[in-house]
Amino acid sequence: MQSLDELRDAAIAHINDAADGPTLEQLRVDYLGKKGKLTGLLKGLGQLSAEQRPAAGALINDVKQQLQALINTRKATLENAGLAERLSHEKLDVTLPGRGVDPGGLHPITRTIERIEGFFRSAGFEVKEGPEIEDDYHNFEALNIPAHHPARAMHDTFYVDDSHVLRTHTSGVQVRTMENQAPPLRIICPGRVYRCDSDLTHSPMFHQVEGLLIDETSSFGDLKGLLQDFLHAFFERDDLAVRFRPSYFPFTEPSAEVDIQCVKCSGHGCRICSNTGWLEILGSGMVHPKVFDMSGIDSERYTGFAFGLGVERLAMLRYGIGDLRLNFENDLRFLRQFI
Amino acid sequence: MIISEQWLRSWVNPALTTEALAEQLTMAGLEVDGVTPAAGEFSGVIVAEIVTAEQHPDADKLRVCEVSTGAATVQIVCGAPNARAGLKAPLAQVGAQLPGNLKIKKAKLRGLESQGMLCAQAELQISDENAGLMELPGDAPVGQDLRDYLQLNDALIEIGLTPNRADCLSIAGVARDVAALNSSDMCAPIIDPVPVATETSFAIEVKVPEKCPRYIGRVIDGVDLSLPTPVFVAERLRRAGLRSIDAAVDITNYVMLELGQPLHAFDLDTLSGGIVVRNANADETMTLLDGSDIALASDTLVIADHTRPLALAGIMGGENSGVTGTTSRLFLESAFFTPRSLAGQARGYGLHTDASHRYERGVDPQLQQRAIERATQLLLDSVGGRAGPLTEVSSGAHLPEPQPIRLRASRITRVLGFTMDSERVEAILLGLGFHVTSDIPGEWACTAPSWRFDMEQEVDLIEELARIYGYNHLPISRIKGDVSLAEQTESQRSIASVRGLLVSRGFQEAITYSFVSQDLQARFDPTVAPISLRNPISSDLSVMRTSLIPGLLAVAAHNAKRQSPRVRLFETGMCFFPGPTVEQRLQLGLIIMGPRTTEGWASVEQAVDFFDIKGEVEQLLTAATGAVSFRPVIRPGLHDGQTAEVVLDNAVVGLIAAIHPLTAEAMDLPAATMVAQLSLDTVLAAQLPAYQDISRYPETRRDIAVVLDAAVPAETVLEVIRSAAGPQLVDLRVFDVYAGKGIEPGQKSLALGLTFRDQSRTLSDEEIAGTMTQVIDSLKQKLSAKLRS
Repeated sequence: MQSLDELRDAAIAHINDAADGPTLEQLRVDYLGKKGKLTGLLKGLGQLSAEQRPAAGALINDVKQQLQALINTRKATLENAGLAERLSHEKLDVTLPGRGVDPGGLHPITRTIERIEGFFRSAGFEVKEGPEIEDDYHNFEALNIPAHHPARAMHDTFYVDDSHVLRTHTSGVQVRTMENQAPPLRIICPGRVYRCDSDLTHSPMFHQVEGLLIDETSSFGDLKGLLQDFLHAFFERDDLAVRFRPSYFPFTEPSAEVDIQCVKCSGHGCRICSNTGWLEILGSGMVHPKVFDMSGIDSERYTGFAFGLGVERLAMLRYGIGDLRLNFENDLRFLRQFI
Repeated sequence: MIISEQWLRSWVNPALTTEALAEQLTMAGLEVDGVTPAAGEFSGVIVAEIVTAEQHPDADKLRVCEVSTGAATVQIVCGAPNARAGLKAPLAQVGAQLPGNLKIKKAKLRGLESQGMLCAQAELQISDENAGLMELPGDAPVGQDLRDYLQLNDALIEIGLTPNRADCLSIAGVARDVAALNSSDMCAPIIDPVPVATETSFAIEVKVPEKCPRYIGRVIDGVDLSLPTPVFVAERLRRAGLRSIDAAVDITNYVMLELGQPLHAFDLDTLSGGIVVRNANADETMTLLDGSDIALASDTLVIADHTRPLALAGIMGGENSGVTGTTSRLFLESAFFTPRSLAGQARGYGLHTDASHRYERGVDPQLQQRAIERATQLLLDSVGGRAGPLTEVSSGAHLPEPQPIRLRASRITRVLGFTMDSERVEAILLGLGFHVTSDIPGEWACTAPSWRFDMEQEVDLIEELARIYGYNHLPISRIKGDVSLAEQTESQRSIASVRGLLVSRGFQEAITYSFVSQDLQARFDPTVAPISLRNPISSDLSVMRTSLIPGLLAVAAHNAKRQSPRVRLFETGMCFFPGPTVEQRLQLGLIIMGPRTTEGWASVEQAVDFFDIKGEVEQLLTAATGAVSFRPVIRPGLHDGQTAEVVLDNAVVGLIAAIHPLTAEAMDLPAATMVAQLSLDTVLAAQLPAYQDISRYPETRRDIAVVLDAAVPAETVLEVIRSAAGPQLVDLRVFDVYAGKGIEPGQKSLALGLTFRDQSRTLSDEEIAGTMTQVIDSLKQKLSAKLRS
């Protein structure tokens, strides 16, 4: 059987030298095919004696299996190398920018309103909206601001006709809610408001979020707690100093102006806070009994508080926007900074 | 209102620094807007008198003055035009330190020595006045230090008063609050009735007591108005921002600042008959002190004599009845006009005066007599004269009478959220001048002092308690109450989610004004007369928009000019539609302009077109509650062939368009500018998903290409196919549109993909072939379409 060993060694050498699939296939046919050399040896077994035949057959089959395994391994090696070769040709410059759209973004005013809504929603407040051309009754009268009240001079009002104005605040929405819904109430009213004033620090159109809470237990202490919590959450600073000082709004009493420590200079005094260390940030107060009476709510049973936030001011402080007018120019170089 | 700290401290003087006092006022609701020194920092400036003033030999504009310093006479070279012999003026002596770190040294001006500098107000930072030397009164003591003489070590406190605190529109009023805050005693000037020295009086008749419940008048004769205003009066007026006119006017203003009561002095010799307080007559006119002629409205309250109106009551005097330098007989008026009678009156005449400001907000109805006595005494002291008796006409029925207000301890606790002890409650109210009694435990009856006419009900008292106690000392608590689930409807998307969708599609949000220019509005909506503002800021912002498109185009133009050629913007906002009742509806506007994609290695630069904006709109309406279709229309300002109404079922809910080339030209925009507007309600309304069984059977697709008249809308072709194919057609799409070579002019080829499937079985080739034949026949019949070979 010396020729079997020679045959085997020659086959191994050939298989290991095969450089591609077809060559390997040819080798398989040459050795293991129907007319292959090993198959020929098996056919030659018939010439052996019955005693010799099984042992010789086993030897040939061993070699056959050995060669088949070697061909399979060699084939896999060749295939892997081919794939690697192909992939290396498909290599990309992964540093090139991706295919896609430019990101869009919300206006900082909207972004701020959505944040404010989020805080108050989590405390059970519902968002309410209303008309921007408002009647005199809902913008003024029902809020305890009768005609010729000196407080009307505080609102530089745009008039549409004798009895309609562009709303000077969103308080009209609160009145409408009080007229139509029984307490307890927790609402916030975001939206555009209008004042006939235009200069560096005044825009004829700006945004407010007003809030109203009415129930049988609320007090001035609750108002202080809620607004302080809100301001801490909004500026993400629990150590931000907040102060309340008496003010006047016809629709609330007691009324309070709320100041925060200047977020720019931390209260040391700078241009933003006119060197006072404080920033006037919102107006608030306990709902005036006259307002309850006009909306048909029992002012003995219920108490409540209201507040109004200037969105532009909050947005500008939050994002460091220095010029109010930027908000309404809609320059893309401005807008694209809020993505 | 600006008050002098010195003057305030002469009434009440708590042990507080200026800064602490200002802080205390702010925290008590009298917001201090600023504190400024009454004069700059300087020293070595004295009262001096110019003895002689000669022309400088070598300089036209300079004078050489011999100036007396009391101790000596020095030579001063001075450029002020009012430098004249006899004038008393501040002299900064050699060695003096002036504001701005300016040290005065001996100097030579055009060859002549000057031993100091005569000063204007601006040089001492007393005011901005810089036209000439500060003129001091004739009786100013030569040689005295100017700071001592004018008491310049003073601070000016500017207080921004809220409209309810009219009681604080005076030194007396602020002093009352300061006294209450510090529990200090107040030291008001003593005002005694002036002895009557002449029986001369002038008749007073009040025809409208409901408007003027009290009018007090007095004659003072024998006054000499050529005499100057006392320096302390002039100084205090100046610090309050008032100009000195003459002693009579200055003293009435002084008493107004001091006590809060506006007064008016008439020249008695110009009056005839008597004073009549009445409403203006029809067609009456008058000339005001400021020289303006006005036609009086019939509801205007005037002070008249028997022949003519003399003054707008509580607002401004008239030109021909006021005092002058030669007036010798005065008629002094101290009246109470109700706030209601003067509400809006001054504004109606375009006026706003110190008097109207106070009367509109309210004056203490018990103050008139004290004020007129105070003014009389000051007048007699400074310009002489003899006071006549007071003549008072008052109507008790119309004078406000403070009523006791019930205050419950329980209510204080409820509103403020804490219990204030009774002693504290009483001490605060007594300190504010209330009369307080308590018959029932836990309850008080409180009567406000006459000057706190803003006190009407219990909550007013509670605010006073909180204010004096200090808002910052009140406890903080958390809101309480039942928690209920928030409403969250699925048939209504949130605006935030729609904004989020647009942002993720590369849109930037814009916020534009709700008012636009009439011209811009008319370019797009010429047939509707928009709602216009009566008092717009400018003509550019004068009408309420009926569409978001004009504003967005203006923004696009702004950005196109600033190297931002690619624009994708949206806005949500109200539009205003005129009609019997104004309709206000929220809209969503879109604009896209310039290249479809950002410039980049992987993109082909191509301008946006109609189908880009249409795609965006379709995207927004994928969850729409009905069938969405698009109808060609022609609209002003928009492209005649590329504008469509967006229709939901049968209602028009929006518009998409390319802008008209002339619009593009006029607004400096590229032609490839696409706009859309949708009613926001439509975008937000969403179909609730309703599950349908998924077919287990395969689908089969057949493609055809048909050639037909180019004018036939694709939508019509699709409708014909749908109706011919029946419910087994589950998807239908146009995958190619072609016109040109191989297709006859006026025709187009549409390539269509039809997908069929049945819920309950596999469709056979024969069935599908049969349906396709029906489809093709129907297209032939209804649209004269041919199969493309």
